[in-house]
Amino acid sequence: MPMNASAIEKLIKDALPDASVTIRDLAGDGDHYAAEVVSESFRGKSRVEQHQMVYEALKGNMGGALHALALQTNAPD
Amino acid sequence: MTAINEWIDGQVKANDVVLFMKGTPAFPQCGFSGQVVQILDYLGVTYSGVNVLESDDLRQGVKDFSNWPTIPQLYVKGEFVGGADIIREMFQAGELQTHMAEKGVAKATA
Repeated sequence: MPMNASAIEKLIKDALPDASVTIRDLAGDGDHYAAEVVSESFRGKSRVEQHQMVYEALKGNMGGALHALALQTNAPD
Repeated sequence: MTAINEWIDGQVKANDVVLFMKGTPAFPQCGFSGQVVQILDYLGVTYSGVNVLESDDLRQGVKDFSNWPTIPQLYVKGEFVGGADIIREMFQAGELQTHMAEKGVAKATA
């Protein structure tokens, strides 16, 4: 079953409370999203580590209920 | 280490650049895999494409191996570099080219 954008945002914010999360529904089908996540906790981490933190927050939904989530992660400027 | 883990480990150590993907470099069966193929072809590096759709064990095994939930996955010199988003971001910033050069990855002699 597809996930809605607010459910994705909630899972990310539960794990990374300071995160600013912007989610776009790319195809309008509730199944292909792009998320931009900005969090202080990313600072000093590699991109792989940053994305792994977000995937961890999504608790196994990535690759399952969530087919496509294009991720961009950054520490605040 | 399970058999599939050992096999994956062998692949990423035996080849400078390995792309675990859906489909083959000639016939990608997923847009994200296709994007990474295009980038690697553009860079002109020699790489080994492994089609995870050939085996459920492999498809799951590679996700466990890298602790990464999605395909494609790019390995350079035995090290996981990223999935489609990271590879595209690195390529656009010119970092992927630098990374390959620093790791001493050979260009394909076409």
